[in-house]
Amino acid sequence: MIRFDAVTKEFPDGTVAVDDLSLTAPTGKITVLVGPSGCGKTTSLRMVNRMIEPTRGSIALDGQDTGRMDQAELRRGIGYVIQHAGLFPHRTVLDNIGTVPRLLGWDKKKVRDRSRELLERVGLDARLGDRYPTQLSGGQQQRVGVARALAADPPVMLMDEPFSAVDPIVRDQLQDEFLRLQDELGKTIIFVTHDIDEAIKLGDQVAVLRVGGTLAQVAEPAYLLAHPADDFVADFVGRDRGYRSLQFQEAPRLPLRSEPTVTLGETPATDAAWLLVVDDRRHPLGWVEPGRIGGRGVQDADLHRGGTVARSGGSLRGALDAALSSPARRGVIVDDSGELVGTVLAHEVLDAIEDTDRPERDEGDPVHGGAVAVAGDEA
Amino acid sequence: MNILFEWFGDPANWSGADGIGQRLWEHLWYTAVTMLVASAVALPLGLWVGHTGRGRWLVTLANSARAVPTLGLLLAASLWLGPKLPGDFAYTVPSIAVLAILAVPPLLAGAYGGIDSVDGAARDAAYGVGMRGRQVLWQVEVPNALPLMLSGVRSAVLQVVATATIAAIPGLGGLGRFIIDGIALADYGQAGGGALLVAVLAVLLEGILALLQRRLVSPGLTGRAVGGSRNDDDSAGPEESADPTVDLRTSV
Ligand SMILES: Nc1ncnc2c1ncn2[C@@H]1O[C@H](COP(=O)(O)OP(=O)(O)OP(=O)(O)O)[C@@H](O)[C@H]1O
Ligand SMILES: [Mg+2]
Repeated sequence: MIRFDAVTKEFPDGTVAVDDLSLTAPTGKITVLVGPSGCGKTTSLRMVNRMIEPTRGSIALDGQDTGRMDQAELRRGIGYVIQHAGLFPHRTVLDNIGTVPRLLGWDKKKVRDRSRELLERVGLDARLGDRYPTQLSGGQQQRVGVARALAADPPVMLMDEPFSAVDPIVRDQLQDEFLRLQDELGKTIIFVTHDIDEAIKLGDQVAVLRVGGTLAQVAEPAYLLAHPADDFVADFVGRDRGYRSLQFQEAPRLPLRSEPTVTLGETPATDAAWLLVVDDRRHPLGWVEPGRIGGRGVQDADLHRGGTVARSGGSLRGALDAALSSPARRGVIVDDSGELVGTVLAHEVLDAIEDTDRPERDEGDPVHGGAVAVAGDEA
Repeated sequence: MNILFEWFGDPANWSGADGIGQRLWEHLWYTAVTMLVASAVALPLGLWVGHTGRGRWLVTLANSARAVPTLGLLLAASLWLGPKLPGDFAYTVPSIAVLAILAVPPLLAGAYGGIDSVDGAARDAAYGVGMRGRQVLWQVEVPNALPLMLSGVRSAVLQVVATATIAAIPGLGGLGRFIIDGIALADYGQAGGGALLVAVLAVLLEGILALLQRRLVSPGLTGRAVGGSRNDDDSAGPEESADPTVDLRTSV
């Protein structure tokens, strides 16, 4: 657990970058700091490993005041992913990853094995290990940055816009991998981004900062979307927050209908307007219009692939999107292995939405109201 | 041309206490001692200034010292120090001291400039992963500063090799003797031969240092590692060895 207690940072030139910040990042969870440029996210993050010293207030790591710890030792115990990776240009990828283990005095072979393992962990080809940072793409560099931070298996990770330097598709992929990794590792993470979508996707808890370095609100993502503390937060989380909040609402048992299907090559034996095509494992491929095909077998070129596919037990957002995007207006629902389980109509999803509860509002504390509860939190 | 061939062709010019072999050896010896003395002062100082960011004025001062006329300084030092020193030291000590003073500015500028130009993100990362000041210096700053530092060494060596000839005027040995004595005796074969030897020596040393630089500097910093292999194509791999000769440029 990382605990900011009334932390203020005033730079020598008089800039107040962080103003009276009180915040708890619970153990094993991802706390995201989000806010417009210059609101003090990086400054807040760097005060945790004392790359910047607070002017007032204190930061405690599992109850211990970081201000009294040895700086270098504190930092070796905290994984730090620097914006734009910050790799050492003169070291190979493997040597970059092994930096902290080497500082901790592990023997050579152990460092090497661990570095190799991490390279694989973050989804990079083993061949990249002997390259130098300049020979990597931006996305690969950021993965190496994450691997370096993970190398000595620190319980705490600080990540400063680790996925900012890549295109949206790669970013999405990195985010998914990151969440998968966190599921396995369960680190205590503070994650900085200026992208509210990223914050909501990754955060167990999201802290919105405003320029001037004050905390506008900290809450679980669903709560933040449902109950923005003020106009600033409401503006910042965006206009389509109603739709996005569906992401956090697990679809209840939706009334699924069974769907007649054909496979490629088969001739449709129906005059229905739309027919779902599946492969031999019953994974949906797309929709066809039997009326247009005539009496021949379905071909790949006949497929309409526009519809998204939702997982049963996934979010209401996914189910609604599947229905809305389907050319047949019937949303395709699959199980975890991708096999078809049935279809659902948009109005049925909407009915389900009307039946779900929004996160309850905490009238007592608009700023900290929806934050993740911390067990054993004295004070 | 002929007088050069004559001079080089005469076996008497090659051996003995004032032969080519002996003079070459002296020249190398002066250069080595000068570089050792100058490096012992300038390199640690440059690293310290670069690492701490303090005392930048030292680099500026050293640079402006390049404007001092070498010959004047040499003669002054010899006149002042010479009489106080016994035997050969009367020539060698003042000369080497002046040569060392000449070598300091490029060495200092190279060491300081090298550290100063280290990517801020890499330095920040070094502290961020928990390196202490010394570890940051030796594990990150110095390896990244090497290209500029070694460029400083190379230009200092060239300068010392060339300028050591002038030290023959107040009486130092080395290849400069051929030039100075040749001119004095109107023996232009000897003077020209001496000049040629200095040039050849300079080129040889430069080549050796260039090889050394190639060995010492990480491929991640030179052009060698930067190939077309940025993307994940399967043809990566052999590209590293594609061009062994690039990037021996100096930047000072
Ligand atoms: N060393 C410094 N000296 C003076 N002011 C600083 C210093 N570092 C940061 N600041 C100021 O403090 C404020 C917060 O900076 P910080 O880097 O924490 O912002 P940020 O939220 O990370 O912004 P961004 O999203 O652009 O990275 C800014 O106004 C910045 O100009
Ligand atoms: Mg920042």
